[in-house]
Amino acid sequence: MPALLDIRDLHAGYGAGEVLHGIALSVESGGVTALLGANGAGKTTTLRAICGMLPRSGEISFDGARIDAATTEAIARSGIAHVPDGRGTFLDLTVEENMRLGAYIRRDRGVAADIARFCALFPVLGARFHQQAGTLSGGEQQMLAIARALLSRPRLLLLDEPSFGLAPLIVQQLFATLAQIRAESGIGILLVEQNAGLALDFADHACILEAGRIALAGTAAALAADAQVRRVYLGY
Amino acid sequence: MIGFLHQTLSGLATGAIYAAVALALVMVYRATHHLNFAQGEMATFSTYIALSLIQAGAPYWVAFVLTALFSFVLGFALERLLLRRFAEAPGLTAVGVSIGLLLIFNALSGWLFGFTVKQFPSPFESGGVVLGGLVSAHEIGMVGVTLIVLLAVYAFFRFTPLGLAMRAAAANPASSRLVGIRVGRMLALGWGLAAVLGSIAGMMVAPVVFLDPNMMFGILLYAFAGALLGGIDNPAGAVIGGFAVGVIENLGGAYLVGTELKLTLALIIIAAVLVLRPAGLFGRIVVARV
Repeated sequence: MPALLDIRDLHAGYGAGEVLHGIALSVESGGVTALLGANGAGKTTTLRAICGMLPRSGEISFDGARIDAATTEAIARSGIAHVPDGRGTFLDLTVEENMRLGAYIRRDRGVAADIARFCALFPVLGARFHQQAGTLSGGEQQMLAIARALLSRPRLLLLDEPSFGLAPLIVQQLFATLAQIRAESGIGILLVEQNAGLALDFADHACILEAGRIALAGTAAALAADAQVRRVYLGY
Repeated sequence: MIGFLHQTLSGLATGAIYAAVALALVMVYRATHHLNFAQGEMATFSTYIALSLIQAGAPYWVAFVLTALFSFVLGFALERLLLRRFAEAPGLTAVGVSIGLLLIFNALSGWLFGFTVKQFPSPFESGGVVLGGLVSAHEIGMVGVTLIVLLAVYAFFRFTPLGLAMRAAAANPASSRLVGIRVGRMLALGWGLAAVLGSIAGMMVAPVVFLDPNMMFGILLYAFAGALLGGIDNPAGAVIGGFAVGVIENLGGAYLVGTELKLTLALIIIAAVLVLRPAGLFGRIVVARV
């Protein structure tokens, strides 16, 4: 069975500065691939390149179709949702409007039920439903960004540091929720995460990026057992 | 006292026109962060189209709707075919392009329809005077049509998914693309809607000020003053500002400076707002790191 997302020889960068020097990785259908690495290694750039947010070359296939020449909006419409670095909140709009925008591409009648579901999952979003999203705290905006991404009912979710700004307890809840959504919907996830222990627990596969190249790749269990990975990324 | 009331009501009537044009300016500004200086001349051109349709025998309201549709297509096409190419260009380029459009539409109106001043029919003329002679039937109708249009625009942006997507695209294009909104199309829709607002303002004001290629020049200035007064990034503020400028203009013209210097009042408002309160009465103060 072909991978849900398959990337080969991806180059990307900002203007003249190339950040990714030909990386390869894949996400299985219903699987989770974690992308680890130090600050500046190119993790966020990889997610942005997949979504066509910056110039890129190489081969990116999603569900068997090439998307490396598609526009960002077409990629989103094809079923890839992105929780971006910086959360991408629509600050001037209400929490409700932010969530409705997440479901913008859907034409089915289940949107209201899904919104209610995420309000139950993240009660603070329900409590602040009619407030301007710009008044939410960073952690609350992170929950909103995740709800917004999942409301599009994507087949692939790109998560850029979902634990950033969240209290440890909320992070646990969040990953439990993600696991539940994954079990229910068979969604694939490409996870960028500073917390390597958490990411390797959650993922099936993992890659380690170093200065724009894949330094190490394998199953999450194998990487978690690797002595060097443990020393550099897990700290024990 | 009767005179004062008359001037105030009359000011509110022209203020409705300024409010509509100010809202058009704000819509384009919010989406692109540029002012469309050609907004007025595009409206004049649309008003000539309406006049041609009426002269060709179309009933007034048929011509009204067809003109609004024509203006929508015109605005949409201009953004997609022309403005789009300058989206990444520096700010002054966009200003240059819109001033170029101003000159083109001004010249086109004169070339196609003549430079002589023309009468434009009003659909509200039958009643003559209303409210004890304080306002004309046309002034009431003009305010009524404008208010209906402004309410429709408000409802569209507030309650429809497309309106929400347009607001999102204007406020945060990057996040909008990530949720699948076709941002470019939304900007073009904004241009189209702004052109519709302008054309309705043109058709409503033409019976009062008469139609010539420079008809909207002064009105654009007042509308600009209104938009700035309310806050250039605030649609509701621009509407209130437009009405306020209409009243200020009329009262100032009647009691302070005389009708000859009325336009100066608009310039004074613009200068005063920019010096004293650049964000306008209802605008947000934007702090940018440079």
